[in-house]
Amino acid sequence: MADLKERIAKRIAKEFKNGDFGNLGIGLPTMVANYIPSDVDVILHSENGFAGLAGAPEAGKEDVDVVNAGGAYVTAIDRVNYFDSATSFGLVRGGHLDITVLGAMQVAENGDLANWIVPGAKVAGMGGAMDLVVGAKKVIIAMLHTQKGAHKILEKCTLPLTAQKCVNLIVTEMGVMEVTPEGIAVTELHPDYSKEDIQAATGCKLIFSPDLKVMEEE
Amino acid sequence: MVNKFLSADEAVAGVKDGMTIMVGGFLGTGSPEILMDALVRKGVKHLTVIGNDGGLPIGTYGAKTARGIAKLIDAGMVDHIIASHVGMNPAIADGMNAGTLKCTLVPQGTLAEKIRAANYGLGGVLTPTGVGTPVQDDPDELGRKKQIIEIEGKEYLLEMPLKADYAFIRASVCDRFGNFRCDKATKNFNYVMAGAADHVVIASEKVVEVGELDPETFDVAGVVVDTIVEGEAKWQI
Repeated sequence: MADLKERIAKRIAKEFKNGDFGNLGIGLPTMVANYIPSDVDVILHSENGFAGLAGAPEAGKEDVDVVNAGGAYVTAIDRVNYFDSATSFGLVRGGHLDITVLGAMQVAENGDLANWIVPGAKVAGMGGAMDLVVGAKKVIIAMLHTQKGAHKILEKCTLPLTAQKCVNLIVTEMGVMEVTPEGIAVTELHPDYSKEDIQAATGCKLIFSPDLKVMEEE
Repeated sequence: MVNKFLSADEAVAGVKDGMTIMVGGFLGTGSPEILMDALVRKGVKHLTVIGNDGGLPIGTYGAKTARGIAKLIDAGMVDHIIASHVGMNPAIADGMNAGTLKCTLVPQGTLAEKIRAANYGLGGVLTPTGVGTPVQDDPDELGRKKQIIEIEGKEYLLEMPLKADYAFIRASVCDRFGNFRCDKATKNFNYVMAGAADHVVIASEKVVEVGELDPETFDVAGVVVDTIVEGEAKWQI
């Protein structure tokens, strides 16, 4: 499982261009940072209040005033800029964030996203997710293709939405999919799977791109 | 110059049962701990609390005590919490399940703007966040139905201002007039809350004389600060 997540993170890392300002969600999306090439200069947003997020500090060297959006102690790059929550989300909604990477419980073929609440389960809250997917120029979903076999890519979400028609790209262990006005188009397929496999694991009709490529590991 | 200095206990003395308070901080980072402790000592009940989250329970990231709003939740002082994320404090879900705690969830950016609207004298804000989700469909924190307003073909939610009786804020440094700054990631909700309440109380890690530091040091104007409390310590892990 760990290597499937690594595969997804590695592929998403290729979406970042030099100079991009991006936000990575907690969990699998955070792993993407490990695979962005060193010659691609990306500034990471920490929605609790800075642009210039970096990795974890050495034990004993924590700065208690520098935490990420999960509350964990982190470090910042030299060019960091710290700001308050209103500014932080102004950057998000204002269209200044190039990419946001998040997980999903469900994605619909029109780009609707559900990733924050399951009715009846313990409530956590949307945090900054609704603002991020509404505001970012490109919304990338990083997830395993199914939830223990249950479809997550569907004609219509059955869970309450995070936002309507917001997803641009879905990357799973099976392939890379673009949300288009015609539906979900597979642009890359991992060699471990056939077109039939990915279709069977999906709850809506997939479109296969005429120039379908192989999803490469490296 | 008016003397704004009070002890923590004096600063919270006017907080009454049933009041609405707002508390700065993000999962405890940037929360005014000495003011939370003073509120717990005072023991007020039935508070409505506005904050980004429910604070952190003891033990999280090495915390030797609960942090921020979690102290008020643990002491059973809160009837209603208005926040963007409460998943890090299981006591909130427990209170909701037991029927003792109401929780209104607000998207983080919307929460900041609702507070800013109250602070800046705006009638509300229009945001695309939450359109087509439960945030649109569910009533707001005061039970009002959300209005959807279409502008040039795009839908927005009208989000109403959010104000409080008291704002409790943590500063890293202030001068004796109350001009203040919050270092690094402790700014979070502290800046928008300073002015969004009838009484603004700051607890500062460091207090300097007026003129001791370049005025450019300070981000927030002391004119919005009613009370200054000394003795907020740097968080220890």
